Amino acid sequence: MTPRSFAFIAALVKSRSGLVLAAEQGYMLETRLGPILKREGLADFEALAERLQGPGGHRLAEAVTEALTTNESSFFRDGRPFEHLRRLLPGLAAARGAGMPLRLWSAACSTGQEAYSIAMILAELAPQLGGCRADILGTDISQAVVTRARQGRFSQFEVQRGLPARLLVRHFRQEEGRWQVAPDLREMIRFERWNLLADLRPLGRFDVIFCRNVLIYFDAPTKARVLEAMAAQLAPDGVLYLGGAETVLGLTDRLVALPGERGAYRRAGMAALAG
Amino acid sequence: MTAPAGQGTCLVVDDSRVVRKAARRILEGLGFQVREAGDGAEALAACRAEMPRAVLLDRNMPVMDGIAFLRAARAEFGPDRPVVVLCTTEAAMERIVEALEAGAQEYVMKPFDAALLQDKLIQAGLLPDPAA
Ligand SMILES: C[S@@+](CC[C@H](N)C(=O)[O-])C[C@H]1O[C@@H](n2cnc3c(N)ncnc32)[C@H](O)[C@@H]1O
Repeated sequence: MTPRSFAFIAALVKSRSGLVLAAEQGYMLETRLGPILKREGLADFEALAERLQGPGGHRLAEAVTEALTTNESSFFRDGRPFEHLRRLLPGLAAARGAGMPLRLWSAACSTGQEAYSIAMILAELAPQLGGCRADILGTDISQAVVTRARQGRFSQFEVQRGLPARLLVRHFRQEEGRWQVAPDLREMIRFERWNLLADLRPLGRFDVIFCRNVLIYFDAPTKARVLEAMAAQLAPDGVLYLGGAETVLGLTDRLVALPGERGAYRRAGMAALAG
Repeated sequence: MTAPAGQGTCLVVDDSRVVRKAARRILEGLGFQVREAGDGAEALAACRAEMPRAVLLDRNMPVMDGIAFLRAARAEFGPDRPVVVLCTTEAAMERIVEALEAGAQEYVMKPFDAALLQDKLIQAGLLPDPAA
């Protein structure tokens, strides 16, 4: 790939998704985009760059962007935020009461493990939530992973990563060697395609936001912008969870870390509310 | 990964020496002291001689199979000791339910690798969660 094509594709992907591609990722670009070249009958990356600028380039740009996302995920990934969520939910439910459903958002949900993990916790805590309902939204920029997340079908390998056996037998059914999430859990979640760089206001207000292992791929201004947009959608007593390698420090002062917690944040100036 | 510290003893029960050896390598890398048994009867004797902290237990074995060992161990030593992780090619839902009802703490479907086994040992409470 010529430096020119690389620069063009990297700029396109960054403007669409926020993903930053470093020059040394040229090889990764070539392997991930190879199938697209083949499918489109393009000779090389120069031809791809050209096609991206031509008519129909928009749809192709979407495919290129999706192909460059990293979709690694697992159930109950990094444990800690889910432990915190367990402690948080009873208080939140009590504050909302039976009339107002809790709204939880898995903001870069990939194949859905995060959203399903949240649903399992809600199912487990249901007796302590006093009839408070909960809606979970999972969103991702990639249509392919959103489709997979909706199906809720996982491989033997995937259901062993992070998922205790007792939860596997409680919430999954076995179908032709794959593991299918049971209907009651699936009904708690809606999966939609959504770009974190787009306007987030139509998604509404959330009590809990999981935005993990996606900001690491963005540059600082994009991280700041996404964090501030999410802060605006977070309830005054709500909590935002970031990934293990992510922080708000130096990016925004609209979010502050919960005392004594790693990776859990609330809106600034709301100290009295977040228990 | 953090340097493995003493995680106690894990008894590896499998009729295949190759599998025992592979499991031993992984478990030692995670800080366990490893003992081996070739079937359930040997495993039961090993527990009576000296109770291991954990048992990594194959299902299908001659003489006494994994489930028979598990039931005998639970009857004799109670529900918590030793912590038992089934490790088997049997991946049918009923098999997993049966093992959990018989008192297994966790269940590994083969094939497995070091990362998966480590993950399951964390879920069984045998290893600290690195993220915690
Ligand atoms: C590594 S996965 C993280 C999955 C899950 N949150 C977790 O921590 O296990 C990152 C996901 O972010 C998605 N993503 C990347 N850029 C995005 C954007 N601008 N808007 C929404 N999702 C995005 C990718 O498609 C990918 O599925």
